[in-house]
Amino acid sequence: MSTAAQVHEQDHEHHHKETFVTKYIFSQDHKMISKQYLITGLFMGIIGIAMSLLFRLQLAWPEQPFGIFEVLLGKWAPDGVMDPNVYLALVTIHGTIMVFFVLTAGLSGTFSNLLIPLQIGARDMASGLLNMISFWLFFLSSVIMIFSLFVEAGPAAAGWTVYPPLSALPQAQPGSGTGMTLWLVSMAIFVASSLLGSLNYIVTVINLRTKGMSMTRLPLTIWAFFVTAIIGVVSFPVLLSAALLLIMDRSFGTSFFLSDIFIQGEVLHYQGGSPVLYEHLFWFLGHPEVYIVLLPALGITSEIIATNARKPIFGYRAMVASILAIAFLSTIVWGHHMFISGMNPFLGSVFTFTTLLIAIPSAVKAFNYITTLWKGNLQLNPAMLFSIGLVSTFITGGLTGIILGDSTLDINVHDTYFVVAHFHLVMGISALYGLFAGVYHWFPKMFGRMMNKNLGYFHFWVTAVCAYGVFFPMHFIGMAGLPRRYYTNTAFPYFDDLADINVLITVFALVAGAAQLVFLYNFISSMFYGKEAEQNPWKSNTLEWTAPVEHMHGNWPGEIPHVYRWAYDYSKPGADDDFIPQHIPLKQGEEELQH
Amino acid sequence: MNVILIFSVLVLIAIALWQITKIFELSQEKKVNTQVATDKDNDWNGKLMFAFLIFIYALTLYSFWAYGDVLLPEAASEHGGDYDQLMWISFALIFFVQTVTQALLYYFSYKYRGEKGKKALFYADNDKLEMLWTIIPVITLAGLILYGLYTWTDIMTVEENDEALVVELYAQQFNWKARYAGEDGVLGDANVRFLQDFDGKNLVGIDATDPNGFDDVVVQELHLPVGREVIFKMRSQDVLHSAFMPHFRAQMNCVPGMITEFAYTPKTTTEAMRQNPEMVAKVKKINKIRVEKSKDLVASGDTALDPYEFDYLLLCNKVCGASHYNMQMKIIVESQKEYNQWMEQQQTFAEFIQ
Repeated sequence: MSTAAQVHEQDHEHHHKETFVTKYIFSQDHKMISKQYLITGLFMGIIGIAMSLLFRLQLAWPEQPFGIFEVLLGKWAPDGVMDPNVYLALVTIHGTIMVFFVLTAGLSGTFSNLLIPLQIGARDMASGLLNMISFWLFFLSSVIMIFSLFVEAGPAAAGWTVYPPLSALPQAQPGSGTGMTLWLVSMAIFVASSLLGSLNYIVTVINLRTKGMSMTRLPLTIWAFFVTAIIGVVSFPVLLSAALLLIMDRSFGTSFFLSDIFIQGEVLHYQGGSPVLYEHLFWFLGHPEVYIVLLPALGITSEIIATNARKPIFGYRAMVASILAIAFLSTIVWGHHMFISGMNPFLGSVFTFTTLLIAIPSAVKAFNYITTLWKGNLQLNPAMLFSIGLVSTFITGGLTGIILGDSTLDINVHDTYFVVAHFHLVMGISALYGLFAGVYHWFPKMFGRMMNKNLGYFHFWVTAVCAYGVFFPMHFIGMAGLPRRYYTNTAFPYFDDLADINVLITVFALVAGAAQLVFLYNFISSMFYGKEAEQNPWKSNTLEWTAPVEHMHGNWPGEIPHVYRWAYDYSKPGADDDFIPQHIPLKQGEEELQH
Repeated sequence: MNVILIFSVLVLIAIALWQITKIFELSQEKKVNTQVATDKDNDWNGKLMFAFLIFIYALTLYSFWAYGDVLLPEAASEHGGDYDQLMWISFALIFFVQTVTQALLYYFSYKYRGEKGKKALFYADNDKLEMLWTIIPVITLAGLILYGLYTWTDIMTVEENDEALVVELYAQQFNWKARYAGEDGVLGDANVRFLQDFDGKNLVGIDATDPNGFDDVVVQELHLPVGREVIFKMRSQDVLHSAFMPHFRAQMNCVPGMITEFAYTPKTTTEAMRQNPEMVAKVKKINKIRVEKSKDLVASGDTALDPYEFDYLLLCNKVCGASHYNMQMKIIVESQKEYNQWMEQQQTFAEFIQ
């Protein structure tokens, strides 16, 4: 950048007199938007997790009165006993909130926004305005989703996949009335938000990298965010179309997904549509969505594990290649959710083939993480613990995917608790660990203060024990043949012997829930009273730690640092320190690793 | 009241936490306290990593020991044997991988816990190693995929034949019906448009213009002769349902507007399954639990629970509304003779609408 431009830019900062509204509310600064995403995501997370605790109480002690139900659910829990419709509503909204609002927007929105400009060396996102609109659309969709909890007949209750006809016909269940309309509107707005965000990330990564930051020098976080954004752009519009067609069927009498229906003593006019079409459209997003949730978490983990192991990430090229392979495969495996939907069994065999292929890049990633730890000098900060925890749950949950992805084996475990255990470990817990790891690691960058490490350790160990305590025994309930989304299993004496396991799971879940309060306390109190952060507390190589602790518009005073090396020169032989940041030029005679 | 109590407990916990952290900080005043892990932190967390590995193994072993008996018994259908075999092979494989990888992950986290002055090994790449752990999953998965696809094609290929018994499973919120083809062996055409014919006695919407329909038999309890292939034709009249018969390793969705299929051959009669030692033990355990529960129920003035006897089940496994959790039908597998006797007692559609 020429000196004139630089001077101009510095002037620029002084010209803007920021008001409270432009700084904290309608901010176009990526760092502020990132905080807005995080705080909205955490708020939604509290609601989503609280809902899961409510229905876990019902599952452990079915149809027992609880005072807390009466208070929180009101008329939907007469005498404190949860109504079956409310149970379904809770699992539906829990799923929706956790998948989309917490783990998509809360995770990807927060860290893509924070890290893309800072790690590639850009002053801000390509378009600050679109970025701001993206956040506010997300906020609006959150508000609508929360609002839907308060409508007369209750929120959507057809499961987070909202399969028609159940979701299309208000006669089929109370939640398919206004609650469902609001769900669809909220999701449509969410998709718009996600698309604006993703386009911005893609454009920024392609165009605004600082001098020397070639694609092969990008930190793996950026690779993960970049590829995630591409998957989002490819698949989210399909969800939008599914939602729009469903709105048409619900409100304008079309028959895209409906045919030959008799309900409440009446033959409906719908003719010729098919719910299976909806399933295809939904899962064309729904499956890539798993990776939209997971890849950013894996990117964050790659960065944190390398930094804290004081070692280069093992197999950088293989890590990038496996991100790309996972992204590509993720768009051609959606049918494994539909093996027994009534689609042609031949399609089932195609999707089994593509699905099991995903195990290969996943295995490469897992082995590379483990090798990165080998002979490291592990700094076991809370972020590092969560990253190691992520690798562990990613392996445990991923392995059962080999069973579910096999069409034959899916026949008998499809839609049972085995599935619930599988996806909670592999994407729910893993991505949540990624989120926590990211928060602990980049908290100093976001708020200029450190989080308390001892509370962090407490948070991790309790959560880690409880996560396995909840989801490991759950596989057995599924293998016993118990379907998911059952209000209670007392209607089947055959399942009476599962009662103990359900109680155990709920106890672990409640303890895990309580441990999250410690995190919240740590988060909020550290924001105001935490130890002030040094510029580079973790001795990390990436560019964000060269920016001043105090946030400023444009990220760096003066010129943006240039990049001379990849992000993983940790413990390089011949160097004095055990890290060499990316903006340090190569020493004379020093070779840049051919990675 | 409850809520105030819970809330005040939470507030107290928050205050306690704040005080504990404050004390902790004050006691360390002289040292550098940047909230970055020290050698001491690395040490105790590294050791906990190893303890956690033991925890995972212990949890796994405990679960198998304590919950092994809740798993489904041996399959009661002919293809079920192949299914179970594939399942156990896959399980053996994933348990092996799980045990090894978790051990490496947590052992390394323990072994290489950081210390000041130690230097990590600069080790960025090893093409041979990476090739190795790409190729091994490729070969293993190729085997699993081929095996799986072979079994899948075998199970899912439904061929119409004279020997097989054709049964329609009919789903609606929130019950199941079954329709047998009757003497002619052909199910009459049906559509939801005909449900209101014959004063609502046309329970599954049989088309009265199709002569094949009149000898059809509609029942609320599924009887199957042992050793004979059954081809199920699934229908739904309102929303998605899924016909799940876990003991037979069988499941297929019921989709409004289309007919889906699944076929299997039952190989164990209900009576024989009741005699299965595993099942005897399970039923005994369930009845013990029910007796315990009944004591509480009687004490609070309710009626006691009936003792449980095993029966095969058809469950709904696609969320379908409020009573989804109780949408079930009993399945009885019996000898051809018993089946014939039962069938003789059932009314045909023609008789029923009289």
